[in-house]
Amino acid sequence: MTYPLADNAYGDDVTLEPTRAGYGRGLRAAGEANPAVVGLCADLTESTQMHLFKEAFPERFIQIGIAEQNLITVASGLAHAGKIPFTSSYAAFSPGRSWEQIKTTVCLNEQPVKIIGSHAGLYTGADGATHQMLEDIALMRVLPHMVVVVPGDSIEAEKATRAIAENGQPSYLRLAREKTPVFSTEESPFEIGKAYVLREGYDVTLIGTGTMTHKLLLVAAKLATEGLNAEVIHAPTIKPLDEATILDSVRKTGRVVTAEEAQIAGGLGGAVAELLGEKLPTPLHRIGMRDHFGESGAQADLFDHFGLSPGKLTPSIKQFIDQTPKYHQGF
Amino acid sequence: MQGGQLTLTQLGQKANEIRKSIISMLERAGSGHSAGSLGTADIFTALYFDIMNHRPEDPNWDGRDLLFLSNGHIAPVLYATMAHTGYFPLEELNTLRQFGSRLQGHPERTRLPGIEQTSGPLGEGLGQAAGYAYALQYLDNQPHRFVYTMMGDGELDEGNIWESAMFAGKYKLSQLIAFVDRNNIQIDGSTDDVMPLEDLRGKWESFGWHVQEIDGHNIESIIDAASMARAITTKPSVIIAHTIPGKGVDFMEYDYKWHGMPPNHDQAKDALKKLRTLDGKINHEGEAW
Repeated sequence: MTYPLADNAYGDDVTLEPTRAGYGRGLRAAGEANPAVVGLCADLTESTQMHLFKEAFPERFIQIGIAEQNLITVASGLAHAGKIPFTSSYAAFSPGRSWEQIKTTVCLNEQPVKIIGSHAGLYTGADGATHQMLEDIALMRVLPHMVVVVPGDSIEAEKATRAIAENGQPSYLRLAREKTPVFSTEESPFEIGKAYVLREGYDVTLIGTGTMTHKLLLVAAKLATEGLNAEVIHAPTIKPLDEATILDSVRKTGRVVTAEEAQIAGGLGGAVAELLGEKLPTPLHRIGMRDHFGESGAQADLFDHFGLSPGKLTPSIKQFIDQTPKYHQGF
Repeated sequence: MQGGQLTLTQLGQKANEIRKSIISMLERAGSGHSAGSLGTADIFTALYFDIMNHRPEDPNWDGRDLLFLSNGHIAPVLYATMAHTGYFPLEELNTLRQFGSRLQGHPERTRLPGIEQTSGPLGEGLGQAAGYAYALQYLDNQPHRFVYTMMGDGELDEGNIWESAMFAGKYKLSQLIAFVDRNNIQIDGSTDDVMPLEDLRGKWESFGWHVQEIDGHNIESIIDAASMARAITTKPSVIIAHTIPGKGVDFMEYDYKWHGMPPNHDQAKDALKKLRTLDGKINHEGEAW
C-alpha cells in the first residue's frame, strides 16, 4: 500500500501545526474512549496541551506542581490502581530529571505509565541549551519494556497518543513545541513498531524520525531533480524498531542516511547503526547532534547551523552518495 | 487477614519468629541489610498480623489494604513477614538473593505476588503510595481501604520524598498512612552526622500531615497509632516510629555498621540463641522457621 501523503506535503503551502496539538486532541479522545485514562502535569498544562483533557475531564486531571520525580512516582501508584496515567512536562525535565523514577517505578515495575516529553529537540530555539532536550531518545530507548515514539506531525501524534493509551506498556512520546509541516493524512497508517516507506527509490535509504522526516521528503524531491532516487522511510517508532522495513530497503539501496534532531548517540542513528552492524553492514551517514549541546537562536538559524535544514541536508546527503559506492552483502 | 486475631503476646512471639527468620535468611544469603530489617520487625508484624486488611491466599484481592515498602533494602523483614502470614512457604526464605529466586535482593512486584511495587532506589515509595491513595479517595470512591508505606529515616534526605509529602498534603490524602523508621542511622553514620532531619515532626506538620511519634517496638502503640491515623479524615498521617537498629540482637543494636551487613555463621548462631531466650519471656525452641 502506498503511504498517503498530504496533497500539499511538498508545497510551500503545507499545513503547519505543532505535534503537541495532536497530543492534546489525542489525549482527550483517549480519555473519552477509556475512563481509566488520567492526566498528570507538572505545572505546564496548557503548553503541553493537556488543558484539553483537563477541560473535558477535570476530575481525572491531577496537578503535580514543579516536581518531575513525584510526577512519575505518583503516576506509578495510579497505574498500580488500574489507571492509565499520562504525565506531561517538557522533555528536558521529564524524562530529563525523572529518569531513575522511570526506570525503577515504571519500567522495572512494569506499569503502563506514559511519559510525554514536550518541547523536545531544537524547537525551543530561543530558550537555549538547557531547554533543548536532545538526549531523551537515548535515555528512553535504553530502558527495557519502554516503547519510544516520535511522531512526524500533529496528525500522527494524535494517533500515537491513542495507540499508547491502549498498549499496556511504559511508553515515551516525544513532542515539539513549534509548528511543523503536516505531511500525513487522517488515512495514513500508524501502528506502534511500524516504519513506513513514504517514497520509493534505489540510490539511498533516508530514514527520518519525528519532524525530520518531512525535511527528508524535501531532500528526496530535490535529489530527484538531479537524477538520484532516494527512498524515504518514516520511523515514528524508535523502539521497537521496524527492522524488516529498514533492512528490506537497505538491501535494495546499499546506502543509508538517518536524520533526527537529537543526539545521534543512542538516538535513531544509534539504533539503525546497531541494527545494520549486526544484520546488514552498510555504509551509514548519521545526521543529528554529534556530541554537542544546542544554543539560543531562531529555529531556522539553529537547524541550519547544525546541518538539519533542507538546505544543509541536501549537499551533505549528496556528498555521502557520491563518495560511497553502493554496498551489497556478498561483495 | 483482619485485626484482633492474635493477642499482644502472640504478636510479640510472631515478631520474634520473624527476627529469627531474618537472621537465618541473611546469613544464608551472605549479603543484605540486617539493622533496619530487625528494627522494623515489630511494625511489620503489627501491619501484617493486625493492622492491614489483606488475604495472603489472594494477594490481588481488590478490597485489600496495601503496603508500599519505600526503603526496599529491608526486604528481608517484608519477605519474612509475608512468609509467616502465608503468602509463600517459609522454606522459600532460604532462596533470598539467589539466582532465580522470587526473593530478589530488593523487592520486585512482578516476581512475587503480594509485593505492591518494585523498590530499592530510595525516596520513591511515598509518591507511589500517594498515587494509589489518590485513586482510592478521588477516582474510585473506596473509603474503607488504606495505603501504608514504610520509609527509612535516612531516606528522608531524598527530594522526591518531600515532593510527595507536599502532594499528599495538598490533596489531603487521608487514606495514606506513612511510617518512618526513625532509627537514627544510615550507611555513613548517624543521621545527625550525615544530614540532620530534625525538627522532623515539625517538617511533616508543616507539609500538612497528622503526626504521631511512638515507640516502634511497642506493638500495642503501633496498632493504636494506625487506628488513630485511620480516624484522621482530613489529612495524611505519618507515624514516626522510634526504633533501635538491629533490635533483638544486642551486638547489632545501635550500630550503623550493621545497616548493610549480614551476620556470618557464628554471629547468626549467637543471634538466634539470643532471640530464642529474649528476656526469658519468649522461649521458642527448634529451627528458625
